[in-house]
Amino acid sequence: MSGERGARRVTVTKTYKLFLGGGFPRSESGRSLSVVDRRGRVVAQVCRASRKDLREAVEAAARALPDWSRRDAYNRGQILYRMAEMLEARAGEMAELLALTVPGGLRRARRETAAAVDRLVHFAGWADKFPQVLGNANPVPGPYYNFTIPEPSGVTGVVAPAEEPLLALVSLLAPPLCAGCTIVALASPEHPLAASVLGEVCAVSDLPAGAVNLLSGRREELLPHLAGHREVIAIHAAGCSRAERRQLEEGTAGNLKRVRVVDLEAEAWYDEDECHSPWWIEPFVEMKTIWHPSAY
Amino acid sequence: MGAMHRVPVDQVAVDARAARLGRRSIKRSAKEAALRLAVAMTDLTTLEGQDSPERVRALCRKALRPLEGDPTVPSVAAVCVYPRLVALAREELAGTPVRVASVATAFPSGQTPLRLRLEEVRSAVEDGADEIDMVISRGLFLAGRLDEVHQEIAAVKEACEGAHLKVILETGELGSYENVRLASDLALAAGADFVKTSTGKVQPAATPGVTLVLLESVRDAWRRTGRRVGVKPAGGIRTARQALHYLVLVKETLGDAWLTPELFRFGASSLLNDLVRQLLRLRDGCYTAAHDLSLA
Repeated sequence: MSGERGARRVTVTKTYKLFLGGGFPRSESGRSLSVVDRRGRVVAQVCRASRKDLREAVEAAARALPDWSRRDAYNRGQILYRMAEMLEARAGEMAELLALTVPGGLRRARRETAAAVDRLVHFAGWADKFPQVLGNANPVPGPYYNFTIPEPSGVTGVVAPAEEPLLALVSLLAPPLCAGCTIVALASPEHPLAASVLGEVCAVSDLPAGAVNLLSGRREELLPHLAGHREVIAIHAAGCSRAERRQLEEGTAGNLKRVRVVDLEAEAWYDEDECHSPWWIEPFVEMKTIWHPSAY
Repeated sequence: MGAMHRVPVDQVAVDARAARLGRRSIKRSAKEAALRLAVAMTDLTTLEGQDSPERVRALCRKALRPLEGDPTVPSVAAVCVYPRLVALAREELAGTPVRVASVATAFPSGQTPLRLRLEEVRSAVEDGADEIDMVISRGLFLAGRLDEVHQEIAAVKEACEGAHLKVILETGELGSYENVRLASDLALAAGADFVKTSTGKVQPAATPGVTLVLLESVRDAWRRTGRRVGVKPAGGIRTARQALHYLVLVKETLGDAWLTPELFRFGASSLLNDLVRQLLRLRDGCYTAAHDLSLA
């Protein structure tokens, strides 16, 4: 075969696209953004999602919600674990992509990728255990049991920061996802390639189509529409400027979204005590309390 | 009647033209006007075995006021139900501009003796149906027994007395655009007031391509005889974007004269809420949630 000589082979480069409704479309706007490496060279083009792509992503997440939220907790855990397995298998590719644009080189990138895999494993474990921690059997008088149980809130927006773009993205989306929420995530605008590969991980992990949607694009363009969208019921964000935080708060007032904005130093994303806590899940569930007759 | 003249149809050209007209961008005031027009053209339909009187009552109220509390959103053109529910819909809609349409003639297959089908039509008209949606005998049509199909349509037209007759061709079962064109020409010759693509029970249902073929058939008949016949795509039209695409097809094929509920209708159920959602977005500036609207 001529390919064995290697020298003359035409390079095959990957087209990075959005992950939306289980598929990999380009932006409906046809626009793209250049990704620049640390030396200022353009290394890739990614889709620049428009507000209409965002709308489609929310529609897809809303369609996926009945299926994903009604899966039994154990099954959701299995699927998150499957995501960890698939990310582990692509760890080499992921680390190289991260090292292209994120300062700190390949060693740092490998560490970030491994931590992201571990985070998925942890929240895979939490899927069928957090209800015991967050829920309760309440002491009440009379012949009744009184239970408080957490239920998923709904479509959750995720906004990833520039630092630790993969680890932070995974840390922000895994808690609501394991609780049964569906996700519309905005990738880190500076380092969007990790999110593209994470889309490929999601696509082969038995997640229902639309349970996770990943968009690359300009934050200032998408954030107001994500915040104002009435179908989006909660937002999990990190690395927001004061102006962005204000934008989030104003937009979310309309339908009383729950907003959790995380403010962590780069190194803190690796802190397992901090980031593996079930209290990262709590903002994305609604507590339901029910009475049930008991026999004396 | 004499032998029908078969009009050749270029399938590739029809599909290309229909697709091209779908890429037109409609913005702001034109979009708002088109959305309102599409609402006014909707035949709000429920054709399920599980239809109950309560469901039809709810549908009638939705038809009269698609958006609670906002009278600027017009009522729909008609409510379309099974014959058994016509009297009920008539009672709910008495004194309103919303018409009552009924499928008849052994919908959706059309496979009962003509005598029974005519009886069904008479009964629906007697119960107060303003419009009758009949199905043609696809079996006879595909066997080439065009005269019999013509006679059946003419007999149903007679049984309709004053009611408007819509002839459902069930284009998904006809095999080719040429057959669709032939069936449409046949229905026009037999006295149809409307030609309608599909029952909604067979896939593919309405597509821009078959709708364009029907529009051209109606255009040619209008030029030849001066008679204005309406067109109704039905089945599979769920989004406002699709509806606007159809309106562009109408405008480019038949002109503004056909952009009226008298001559163009959408047979749909979930479309109405999507149209209302888009109108709400134009009004309020943020994307709405499905749970903001009543069920359709």
